[in-house]
Amino acid sequence: METLDLLANGFAVALQPMNLLWALVGVTLGTAIGVLPGLGPALTIALLLPITFSVPPTAAFILFAGIYYGAMYGGSTTSILLNTPGESATIVTALEGNKMAKKGRAASALATAAIGSFVAGTIGTLGLTFVAPPLVEFALKFGPADYFSLMVVAFVAVSAVLGSSTLRGLTALSFGILLGLVGIDLQTGQARFTFGLPELLDGINVIVVAVGLFAVGETLYLAARPKTGASVIKLQGRAWMTKEDWQRSWKPWLRGSFLGFPFGALPAGGAEVPTFVSYFLEKKLSKKPEEFGHGAIEGVAGPEAANNASAAGVLVPMLALGLPTSATAAIMLSAFQSYGINPGPLLLQNQPELVWGLIASLYVGNVMLLVLNLPLAGLWAKILTIPAPWLYSGILVFATIGTYGISQSWIDLVLLYLIGGVGYLMRRFDFPTAPAVIGMILGPFAEQEFRRAMTISAGDMTTFVTRPLSLTLLIIAVLLLVVPLLLRLRTRKAR
Amino acid sequence: MDRLRKPEACLALGVIALGLLALYETTQIPVSPMYAQVGPTAVAYLASALLIGLGALLLVQSVSGRWVSDPEESATEFDLRGLGWLLLGLVLNVGLIDPLGFIPASLLLFACTARAFGSRRPVRDVLIGLALSAIAYFGFAELLGINIGAGLLGIGE
Repeated sequence: METLDLLANGFAVALQPMNLLWALVGVTLGTAIGVLPGLGPALTIALLLPITFSVPPTAAFILFAGIYYGAMYGGSTTSILLNTPGESATIVTALEGNKMAKKGRAASALATAAIGSFVAGTIGTLGLTFVAPPLVEFALKFGPADYFSLMVVAFVAVSAVLGSSTLRGLTALSFGILLGLVGIDLQTGQARFTFGLPELLDGINVIVVAVGLFAVGETLYLAARPKTGASVIKLQGRAWMTKEDWQRSWKPWLRGSFLGFPFGALPAGGAEVPTFVSYFLEKKLSKKPEEFGHGAIEGVAGPEAANNASAAGVLVPMLALGLPTSATAAIMLSAFQSYGINPGPLLLQNQPELVWGLIASLYVGNVMLLVLNLPLAGLWAKILTIPAPWLYSGILVFATIGTYGISQSWIDLVLLYLIGGVGYLMRRFDFPTAPAVIGMILGPFAEQEFRRAMTISAGDMTTFVTRPLSLTLLIIAVLLLVVPLLLRLRTRKAR
Repeated sequence: MDRLRKPEACLALGVIALGLLALYETTQIPVSPMYAQVGPTAVAYLASALLIGLGALLLVQSVSGRWVSDPEESATEFDLRGLGWLLLGLVLNVGLIDPLGFIPASLLLFACTARAFGSRRPVRDVLIGLALSAIAYFGFAELLGINIGAGLLGIGE
């Protein structure tokens, strides 16, 4: 019951006119950038981080959460109409959704994606509401050693489990950790990796890294490739569904939601796995499996729901533990830092208005997104017709503003382009970027917990394996690292 | 050695070089004996070692031909002209943003990038770039109160 009281207070915050406005701006902007290929919520929130200097934290987080949820809705529009998945989690949607669109059933595909996203987003937010508080109770018992081990699990999970190669994932993570080390060490006041540049004493700004990797890197990558025009499928009118579509969609929505949420909430975040699992599950359960591959509506409904539910799930470790498991969550975490708010289990106690206002605004945002996406689907589809030259030029101009605005120093711009170059190489050679961002933001927290634990244990390294919780977590981390490797070795031998 | 993937091997060497640079820089961090147990260098050494070790593994993979990059990737042509225009835009932007201000530097960046992506109408691109830079500049500076330096030759400072 206590949770419901807190949630009611949260609604009192979220329904204030100004906060409603922030949520509306967030979901609208989120849908737009989700529709645009090459732009994602992580990049957008990074570019908007400077507003943390001028608006109160509740408003900023309501805005960010709106962008985060909105981008999930918008991403499916691109997959369905353009067959260019904006992000890895919507690959599956493109599979069936684009086939449906080619057959003239774009309206049904968009509608099942939007309503499925609403169902899953609401179920996922309910999950967040009721899972976060007990998780916090549990996490309050964590010592620094346990915390460090938990972060190790998150590091391994995001770099080794996701993506095509454990090795490349870990390399990206190490690069991120190295970037996070740059600047003055807060405990000893020693400068690290600053190369004598005073600009680097405060560390490398998150905006520079996120914008460099996501915007500049992507633009360089696309500029270096031969230009091919992808064809956008025209959509007339608004998104709607037939009675048969409803009958075939509602079960996949629910199954996708219950599949996606736990995947997102576990530190092995990311929406790729649950969307694929959902796709194959629906194919198995479908009465018309022969339609799969030719535009089966279940193949859009299930994975879209799984995608959105896992997006809500990612917020569980983020808000309850201060543990980001996606690039977007990591950047939100750095926004807490910018406000001087300590993320972690104490967040719910110390900032109830912020956290519960944020959760309540997720419910509100979902309703807004449903309204925005069903009748206005045709309008969003129009965004897709912006010509590539202007789209990417515009992205770079905004990238420059975001970066130059940090300190009006051209050194930041040089750094931005250098990191953009790294981002290009990562894209070209198929390195995942999320581990780099997470390593950079979570790395300093992990180091802090590590040193705290070592101070408590008077320099005894065994503290990490003698505490049962820490030991369990480290064993999980090792398993996450070893099991996929063994599986890969087995499949290679089998070939 | 036809299985040797040259670009991949170069990248692996780059990772190792970055690790070695980080290692050298780590040895330059002064450590006070008070913090000798877990000082500011512990994680720095770890990150350096990880990069060197992982870079070595990547090198082994590329030399033995087991690096599974996207096969489509190596086959596609490299649009050197597109990349060249984009890089020109970036260099102009960095070089001109301090002396000329945000708007001129941004509109040049805009026009060069548009060219890199195949636009053939520079005058129109410059005009759109001007409009967008101006809107973006005043939007960020006025609405959000973010200082992005001078807009145009010191105006608006």
